[in-house]
Amino acid sequence: MKNEYDVIVVGAGPAGSMAARFAAEQEVSVLMLEKDRDVGYPVRCGEAVSKKGLEEFISPDEKWIAAKISKFSFTAPDKTEVIIEFGEAGYVLERRIFDYALARTASDAGAEILTRAYVNGLLIENDSVCGVKYEYRGEQKEIKSKIVIAADGVESRIGRWAGLETFVDFRDMESAVQITAANINVDQQTLYFYFGKDVAPHGYFWIFPKGNNTANIGLGVSGIVGKKKSALSYLNDFMETHYPGAPVLTSIAGGVPCCPTLNKISAPGIMLVGDAARQVNPLSGGGISSGMIGGSIAGKIAGEAIKQKQLELVLTYDKAWHNRQGYKHEIYNRIKNGIYNFSDEKLNNIALTFSGVSLNKRTLGRLFRIALLNQPSLLIDVAKVFI
Amino acid sequence: MLRQAKNGKLMIEILPDKCDFCGCCVGVCPEDAIELKEAEIFIIDKSCTNCCKCVWSCPIEVIRFNRNGVTSN
Repeated sequence: MKNEYDVIVVGAGPAGSMAARFAAEQEVSVLMLEKDRDVGYPVRCGEAVSKKGLEEFISPDEKWIAAKISKFSFTAPDKTEVIIEFGEAGYVLERRIFDYALARTASDAGAEILTRAYVNGLLIENDSVCGVKYEYRGEQKEIKSKIVIAADGVESRIGRWAGLETFVDFRDMESAVQITAANINVDQQTLYFYFGKDVAPHGYFWIFPKGNNTANIGLGVSGIVGKKKSALSYLNDFMETHYPGAPVLTSIAGGVPCCPTLNKISAPGIMLVGDAARQVNPLSGGGISSGMIGGSIAGKIAGEAIKQKQLELVLTYDKAWHNRQGYKHEIYNRIKNGIYNFSDEKLNNIALTFSGVSLNKRTLGRLFRIALLNQPSLLIDVAKVFI
Repeated sequence: MLRQAKNGKLMIEILPDKCDFCGCCVGVCPEDAIELKEAEIFIIDKSCTNCCKCVWSCPIEVIRFNRNGVTSN
């Protein structure tokens, strides 16, 4: 290990690994620190990702693909099910192997990686971040860098230490629980979504297949709901009704920040990426591909800033992210705020109307358009996404 | 002995034995008052304002509001 690095990345999830890789590819020195023992574990994720979002950064590999997805199924509160077929739409990943593979792309590019390194403070000089304080195997240490990239997840605190406002309104935080269960007899090419106040008010319930009749089963609910009933008790109710006695292979909790990206995701010497920057798609709650996009942009900018000896380039990251992805998330967020407040009756109507659309004309766009006929003011936002 | 929060006695209690260390509470805390390591979590007393956002956001009911105040071990 060196005494000083050009770039330190905190957190070795998909966003951190992409930041490390894209910086290291420009031949600057990069160290990625991970607080847990393992890269990729524990997995706090539904593990579904679109084909397009994934393949921009890594070629699909059977080693970390649990299921190939070609259909979406949406179930309304009155049990009306609508199915949309896509062809090759996406994957359910084996994140503990996938994250490893992503971290390997960073190390192949020259980045160093250290696990069990818990960052608990920043080094700041002349109002600019210039390194991190961290605990490693019980010892408190410091290491300097020209740029810090914070990829420290939903629980991120690094941005706050740099003076950025990063906390998420509790109404926008989807509190989630998930189990991976066996003997779940569902179609292995379909992602299942369930809506309604009984299963997941202000959110959705999911079953994502993971091959051999195992599946990720979980839900997210807004903090407004959590005041009255926790995500865990919704999950227990669902399992007792639908899959009593199913063997549970893993069970995990997590938070998904379903809001637009933070107003500011950079400051002198620091950039925030992935969940730490709230770069999650607020409508779907998906964060793998958008986190990789954010990480790649930040990594590229960090590399260039160091090579050109112009550290102020870091501040161009906000705009670069907004132009590539951030503006879309603002629109998705407005749609989310419309849809998540729909009554069960409205959701049933939407499913019924969509059932009348012939199979080959069913698209996500058409589904949302029907949904939004129930909320005409949102149609303009939808048009911006799909036109 | 009762623990002190920013504005009086601390009334937010985390049950570490049941915690999954997911970080949901840290994400919604407006005061940066929760410390979370790999498998260790605690409230930073001097920062906590008992606002309860962490209680509402916990997916697995591990954080609770204790009207009587939290005692230190």
